[in-house]
Amino acid sequence: MLRTIARNRVVKRLAAALLTLFGVAVFVFVMLRAIPGDQISANLGTEAAALTPAQRAALESYYGLDQPLITQFFSWMGNLLTGNLGFSSRAQASVLDLTLAALPVTFELAVLSILFALVIGIPLGMLSASKPDSLRDGLGQTVGLAGLSVPAFLLATMLLSLLATWFGFNPNGRGFAPLFTDPLLNLQQMLLPALVLGFGIAAPIMRTTRTAVLEVRSDDFIRTARAKGVPPRRLQLRHVLRNALVPIVTMTGLQFGYLLGGAVVVEQIFSVPGIGRQVLLGIQQKEYALVQSTVLVIALTFVIVNLLTDLLYRVIDPRVRS
Amino acid sequence: MTDISQTAQLPPATRSGSGRLRSLWRSGSGRAGLIIVGVLVLFSLASFAGLMPYDAIAQDPPSRLLPPSGDHLLGTDQFGRDVFSRVAAGVANSALIAVVAVAFAAVVGTLGGLVAGFYRGFSDSAIGGVTNVLFAFPPLLLALALASVFTRNWFTIAVAIAVVYVPIFIRVVRGPVLTLREIEYVKAATSTGQRKSAIMMRHVLPNITSIIIVQVTLSLSWAVLTEASLSFLGLGTPPPAPSLGLMIYDARALLTVAPWTMIAPGAVVVLLVVGLNLLGDGLRDTLDPRNRGRR
Repeated sequence: MLRTIARNRVVKRLAAALLTLFGVAVFVFVMLRAIPGDQISANLGTEAAALTPAQRAALESYYGLDQPLITQFFSWMGNLLTGNLGFSSRAQASVLDLTLAALPVTFELAVLSILFALVIGIPLGMLSASKPDSLRDGLGQTVGLAGLSVPAFLLATMLLSLLATWFGFNPNGRGFAPLFTDPLLNLQQMLLPALVLGFGIAAPIMRTTRTAVLEVRSDDFIRTARAKGVPPRRLQLRHVLRNALVPIVTMTGLQFGYLLGGAVVVEQIFSVPGIGRQVLLGIQQKEYALVQSTVLVIALTFVIVNLLTDLLYRVIDPRVRS
Repeated sequence: MTDISQTAQLPPATRSGSGRLRSLWRSGSGRAGLIIVGVLVLFSLASFAGLMPYDAIAQDPPSRLLPPSGDHLLGTDQFGRDVFSRVAAGVANSALIAVVAVAFAAVVGTLGGLVAGFYRGFSDSAIGGVTNVLFAFPPLLLALALASVFTRNWFTIAVAIAVVYVPIFIRVVRGPVLTLREIEYVKAATSTGQRKSAIMMRHVLPNITSIIIVQVTLSLSWAVLTEASLSFLGLGTPPPAPSLGLMIYDARALLTVAPWTMIAPGAVVVLLVVGLNLLGDGLRDTLDPRNRGRR
């Protein structure tokens, strides 16, 4: 019984994910300990120099900095597991509360961006693949190359400034509106950041779609389907796209994961109070407890998204299951 | 984290360097990439050599925000600095950081991938574990966190970017090495009693060079983008050293008054990344036999 559980692929993946997360925690902990200075000088700034040795020792024992590193690490782990992610003195709020407020915002932005990316990327990829090396393929590939090469911050900055000057359209300048208090303003505020991110992600999705469709199209079963008279539209959707879906889903999952933590720049430009911006603010204000816990939360969501993607393509493609 | 198992890809037959270059030149995207990257490299070399018309850092307040003209090819910024000279210096700075970062990542990652794939066993699991941990971070976030840890200068930024790309090289190299270690000539070398490390360097490494070259080119384009994003966020090379991301950040408020201050560095970043992407695509087409005749 135990053996069958231990041999189960899903269980194995879960165990590997847990091990990775532990490694991530160690990595984050060590990385932030490498920063010159400590919590005390970060909080007090230059005043830290005026502390008497006795005051410093008292503060060190208050923050647990006099404990060996390994004890500090496990007490941090213990705190995390009981939901204590630390306290942000600038925001006067617990990191858990800040994170719980920021995560849904980032999640919404990620979902909208992925939607844009799929709507642009998949049809464009199929269009490109429908006639390789033709004009329309060139067009599709150019859009793909532009998506890969135009930095998100450049596109975002230009869109923001130009739309604001020319049309006076700047919903992001009005203070952030949460989805459930003011859905209309919220969607307006999410529009530009989601477009910018979606354009960037459409490129890898377009390229993946193109390659996958080209690969599937040369398979025997497509020729058979065409020979038995399946109408072209149905052939494209039911036979070609359906079978090209595994790499596309993998790529989408990967990009979704990146979005949950990689949207730092776009969140910052459009003042979207998401999780990426929280890390950036933490870094700028030297609140390392905040950075440490938030980065770990992001890595956790990233690992979970990847795990779900893995499980999802087991559902899509029965061949992976065996 | 996602274990995309590498499909066994066997390296192409080795051809002469000039033959490779010729077929790269013949592929449309390869040629365009070579030209774009070549021109930008020339500019950055000229900037390193001090051949630019103006100093990239010296301020000249009377001539601030001048539009492009014969004197200032791309105009001047809000401190009267020549945008053309600054952009050239910015490209040089970006290129330097990207090249050092990718070189570091390529060497460490290739060695890691070689050892993991060739020796298997404990080293494979250990290296695999480290790879998984580094892959658990969104790339830009990891670079950001690392860049905030060190005192910032161009070298520490390069190291921060390099750490992000090490696991990619490990994974790209390990797959083909797994296939190569089972191939007859490697087995033959083993049976003649050569040392494992010697076989790895002499018989396995030369056969994965094309895979590494393609990965290096594509990584360079990401490294340029990452460096620009970091400096845009204020976590790149500290001012007054010219850096493309920071120039774009500073030009935000000037876009409608003096559009050249943003368009010039913006266009150059895009051009550099497009060039590197085209070059990478071209190299992949010419070096990877699976792609030949398909595009």
